[in-house]
Amino acid sequence: MQIPAPFDYARATGVDDAIALLDRHGPESRIIAGGHSLLPMMKLRLARPEWLIDINDLYELDFLLVDKDKLRIGALTRHTALLESDDIARLFPIITDAEHVIADPVVRNRGTIGGSLCQADPAEDLSTVCDVLGAVAVVRGPNGDRMLTMSEFHRGPYETALAQNEILCELQFAIRPRTSSAYEKVERRVGDWAVAAAGASVTLAADGTIEEAAVGLTAIGLDGTVPDIDSTTRGQKPSEELFAEAGRLASLACDPVADQRGPIDYKRHLADELTRRVLRRASERAAQTQEG
Amino acid sequence: MQVSMTMNGEEITREIEPRVLLVHFIRENLGLTGTHWGCDTSNCGTCVVLMDGQPVKSCTVLAAMADGHDVRTVEGLATAGVLDPIQQGFMEEHGLQCGFCTPGMMLTARALLDANPHPNDTEIREAISGQICRCTGYATIVRSVLWAAEHPAELVTIDEEVGA
Ligand SMILES: Cc1cc2nc3c(=O)[nH]c(=O)nc-3n(C[C@H](O)[C@H](O)[C@H](O)COP(=O)(O)OP(=O)(O)OC[C@H]3O[C@@H](n4cnc5c(N)ncnc54)[C@H](O)[C@@H]3O)c2cc1C
Ligand code: FES
Ligand code: FES
Repeated sequence: MQIPAPFDYARATGVDDAIALLDRHGPESRIIAGGHSLLPMMKLRLARPEWLIDINDLYELDFLLVDKDKLRIGALTRHTALLESDDIARLFPIITDAEHVIADPVVRNRGTIGGSLCQADPAEDLSTVCDVLGAVAVVRGPNGDRMLTMSEFHRGPYETALAQNEILCELQFAIRPRTSSAYEKVERRVGDWAVAAAGASVTLAADGTIEEAAVGLTAIGLDGTVPDIDSTTRGQKPSEELFAEAGRLASLACDPVADQRGPIDYKRHLADELTRRVLRRASERAAQTQEG
Repeated sequence: MQVSMTMNGEEITREIEPRVLLVHFIRENLGLTGTHWGCDTSNCGTCVVLMDGQPVKSCTVLAAMADGHDVRTVEGLATAGVLDPIQQGFMEEHGLQCGFCTPGMMLTARALLDANPHPNDTEIREAISGQICRCTGYATIVRSVLWAAEHPAELVTIDEEVGA
């Protein structure tokens, strides 16, 4: 039977209350959101916080709204809400694509976008999505809010720029015309973590050439987005040759390890093939937004 | 610490350690052993209960996190001796063999039908995709849920009794 080590538990009544609780109880206190990454680690005693600060009552962190030229998603928004959102499917289909393959429907009822990003597991899908979309994280601490780009937010596997007494409050995504996106993952069975996955965002110029493109990879050793994709694709018409070149860049940029999910050459092959697929789909979708 | 919640329609309060998981709280503190406990790693789904009407894996929720919430277990499916159509469906269509996965399967199915009274085969398979059955091959589970969808007559009275 897996039981967490003993800890004390407090329910935060607001964001500032949660920050005050983290401050008061010090380095061994930890936020719990959906608990679907933290509790499994606590059950295995890989994590042994002395205090858990439960933020599940903070409805002010559970929102999803289109605010002029931004989509704003509260940190406590559950995977299920992201999957079911029509605004997201229309504006950022990469999120909908990813949510279809994150864990299973029951886990998605609890897990949150904030927990996913703060967990910073290298196999975690929404970090790649946020990298590709150039999301901005709004973080609050005792001294107020700060805004972090994804490269500032991520510090490597299981590490973020958050101080012990800071809370991730929301993620912001810029809404841009003639832009769309896609995500695709290869997994061993439904609900499993990725063997490899790729996400892409494409913005087309008025003449149908690529104005901006980004590709990110999950679970195969790449921080941030694939270098040189943007410069290679910019000004070019979307084509199979272009996608193939991008796939080649992705397979070179990643640094997978061999494990029970597969050998290195297979994972590099997936980086290549999945990059082609998501760029193709994102370009098609971006062209459709132009027509519509 | 003290936790209070609505369990199958009844208000309950217990003194527990904060580290008690909801599945053990239900089985050991409340003696409701219909909720099963299997993989302990959030994968198998036999521990699924409904929290505020939504399926959750109770091995991955603290009892403390359920404080103030409405929890429903397999014991809460039948009301006043009348089986829920889901339970009836599992009987009619042989939706179980060993029965280990059954409580979780039935609760997820209940939540599915509450949200979508006429799911198709694919929607049912998607809904139960976080749950493992080692016996049936799933086909009879899917048929059981379809049976329940086609026989919702009892549903009306049950919903009224629960006050949903
Ligand atoms: C069986 C299973 C399969 C899964 N498969 C996948 C998968 O395929 N792909 C995938 O991406 N994920 C997967 N997950 C992980 C799932 O998406 C989790 O829900 C997610 O990683 C964590 O979200 P949470 O809200 O549960 O976070 P928690 O477990 O509550 O927290 C995780 C960490 O983040 C911190 N934290 C949480 N919220 C905040 C906040 N607002 N501010 C500051 N710190 C915070 C916590 O202190 C903790 O350190 C799976 C999980 C399970 C159990
Ligand atoms: S015991 Fe909870 S998912 Fe297996
Ligand atoms: S009936 Fe035996 S595991 Fe499903």
